[in-house]
Amino acid sequence: MKIRAILIPAIAIAIGLCVGAIVVKMAGESPVETFALLFGSAFGSLKGISYTLFYATPLIFTGLAVAVGFRGGLFNIGAEGQLILAAFAAAWVGFTLPFLPAWILVPACILAAMAAGAVWAGIPAILKVKFGVHEVINTIMMNFIAIGLAGYLVTGPFLGPGGQMPWTRPIAEAARIPRITGFADRLGIDLPAHVPLNVSFLVAIVCCVLVYVFLFRTKWGFEMRAVGLNPKAAEAAGISIAKNTMATMAISGALAGMVALNAVMGYNYRYIDGFSPGYGFLGIAVALLGRNHPAGILCAAVLFGALVEGGLTVDRVTEHVSNDIVYVIQGVIIIAVASAAVFVRARRIRNVAEINV
Amino acid sequence: MDLGLISSGIRLAAPLTLAAIGGLFSERSGIVNIALEGLMLVGAFAAAVATFYSGSPWFGVLTAAVAGAMMAHVHGLVCVKFKGNHIVSGVGINILAIGATPFIAGALFGTTGSTPDIARSLGTWSIPGLGAVLGEYSPLVFLSWLAVPVAYVLVFRTRFGLRLRAAGENPWAAETAGVNVARVRYIAVLLSGVFAGLAGAFLSIGYGTSFVRNMTAGRGFLALAALIFGKWTPGGALAACLLFGFFDALQMRLQGVGSIPPQFVQMIPYIVTMLVLAGAVGRARPPAALGKSYDREQSSAGI
Repeated sequence: MKIRAILIPAIAIAIGLCVGAIVVKMAGESPVETFALLFGSAFGSLKGISYTLFYATPLIFTGLAVAVGFRGGLFNIGAEGQLILAAFAAAWVGFTLPFLPAWILVPACILAAMAAGAVWAGIPAILKVKFGVHEVINTIMMNFIAIGLAGYLVTGPFLGPGGQMPWTRPIAEAARIPRITGFADRLGIDLPAHVPLNVSFLVAIVCCVLVYVFLFRTKWGFEMRAVGLNPKAAEAAGISIAKNTMATMAISGALAGMVALNAVMGYNYRYIDGFSPGYGFLGIAVALLGRNHPAGILCAAVLFGALVEGGLTVDRVTEHVSNDIVYVIQGVIIIAVASAAVFVRARRIRNVAEINV
Repeated sequence: MDLGLISSGIRLAAPLTLAAIGGLFSERSGIVNIALEGLMLVGAFAAAVATFYSGSPWFGVLTAAVAGAMMAHVHGLVCVKFKGNHIVSGVGINILAIGATPFIAGALFGTTGSTPDIARSLGTWSIPGLGAVLGEYSPLVFLSWLAVPVAYVLVFRTRFGLRLRAAGENPWAAETAGVNVARVRYIAVLLSGVFAGLAGAFLSIGYGTSFVRNMTAGRGFLALAALIFGKWTPGGALAACLLFGFFDALQMRLQGVGSIPPQFVQMIPYIVTMLVLAGAVGRARPPAALGKSYDREQSSAGI
C-alpha cells in the first residue's frame, strides 16, 4: 500500500514529463536542456523557490478542497467558481470597510472568502440532498454562473479605475497580508523586492495540518470518510449522509475560497476579472496526484508550482517552447493518474475474492 | 424581434448542436463526456491548420473529425480500457487540449497560439426560397441539423443503438444478452469525438477564419448543459441548443449596450439546466449506468 501511494503518482509524473520531452523535441529544442532550465529556474535559487511556492499556494488550497470532497465521496469540480466568488467577496470587504483596523479587517476578509466559497459549494450539496442530483453537473454549471456573476460585478457596479482587465478598487492597506520579502530582509536574506510569496503560503501549510487532523484524528472526519467509503454502511451505523454531504461541500468550498488570501490579500490587492488560470481544475490534479492526503497534496502543489515558474522561464528563454507546455504536462499527468485506477482496482477485486473464499 | 438576432442565434447554435449530439452518443453509452470542450478545441485547431496547409476547407472539416476522434480515443482508452474515472479523464483532456493547441500553433507559425487566416472558406448555403428571410449559413450549420435525425435513427432505431443504450442503462444485463459493452462504449466515445471535432471546425473555419487560443470558451460545457436540458434526446438537445444559441447571440448584442447586463443572459442556460436536473422544469433522468466503469469481473451490486 505504502509503495503504491508513491509509485502511481511517480509513474504519472514520469509519463507527463516524457510526453513533455517528446513535444519539446518535436518543437525543435533539446528536452534535456529545456527541463534543466525549467527545474533549474524553479528550484535553483532562493528567488526561484519563492516563486515556485507562490504559484503552489493556490493549488494547495484547491487541492485540499477537492481532496476533502473526494474523502467525503463527492466530486467538487466547482472549486473554480467557488474561489472566484470568494476572491470577489474578500476584495469587496477589503475595499468597502477600509476604516477597520487590520486585526479585524484581515479576519473579516478571510471569513468573507470562506463563507462565499462554502455557500457556493453548499448549493449543489443541497440539490444533491434534497433532489438527488449528482454534484458534478451542478458544480460545473455553478462555475459558469460564478464567472458570469463576478464578471457582472467587476464590470458593472464595482468597476475600478485604470487596468487593462476589468478590476475593482484596491483593498485597504489594513486588509493586505505581508509578503515574505519583509521577513527575509530582517533575517539578512537577499531576495528581490518583487517576489510575491506571502504569508498565505504559511496559512496553506497550516491548512494542510488542520485538514489532516480533521480527516484522520477527529470523529467528524471519520464519519465523513465513512460516508465517502461506503454510504450505506455509514448510514446503517447511524451516520447522517445528508449532514455529511452538506458539511463536506461547505468545508471544500471554504478551502477553495482561501485562494483569495494569495490572489487578493497577498498579491493583486484587488479583484481582477479572470485572475484564475484554472486553479480549481488543477486542484483536481493536485488532489489525485497527492492521493487525497494533505502531505501528498503539498508535494503535488509544489511540483505544479515549479512547472508554472519554470514554464515561464522556458517561455522567455527558448525560441520554440512556450509556456503552454506546462498545460500539456499537467494534462498528461491527470490522464495518467486516471488510467492508474485499473491497477488499483485489479488488486481490490483480488482482495474481495480472497475474502469470499 | 429582428431577424438578424435569430439568424445569428441559429449560427451560434450549430457548434452546440454538433457537440451535444457527440455528447449524446457517449453519455447514452454510459461514458460521461466533459471532455467535449477539449475535443472541440482540438477539432477547431485541426480544421484551421489543415485548411491553411491544404487550401481546402472541406479537407479541414474532415481533419477536424479525425482529430476529434483521435483525442476521444484517449478518453475511450482511459474510461473503457483502463476503467478510470470519466470526469478525471475529461478534466485531463481539457487541460491537455488547452495547452497543446496553442503550443503547436506557436511551434508551427511562430505565433502566441493562433493560426494564420485561412485563404478560402466553406462559403455559405441558403435554404432555397428562404435565403432572403433567414439568411445564409455555413454548410456546417446544415450539417448540424442533419446530425440530429441521423443520431436519432442511429441511437433509437438500429440494433447498434439498442446495444449502445443498453450499455448505458445496465451494462451487466447487456453483456449477458451478448453485447460487447466495452466495444460499444468505445465506438460511442469515438463518435462523440467526430461530432465534437466538427463542432470545433465550425468555430475556426465556419464562423471564424482562424484558430484562436481557447476559442471554445466553455461552449463544450454549454453543449453538455444543452444535452441535459434536452433530456439526453437528439430533438431535445437541438431545441436546447437553438435556445442557448439564441441567448449567446442576445448576450453578444447586449455587450456595451448597458440596459441588461450581458452576463445575466449568459447565465440563463446554466441556471435552467440546474432547474431541470432538480426536477423544477420537468425531470431529466440520466442513463442509469452513466459514469460507471464497467468491469465484467465486478458484480452489479453498485448499480
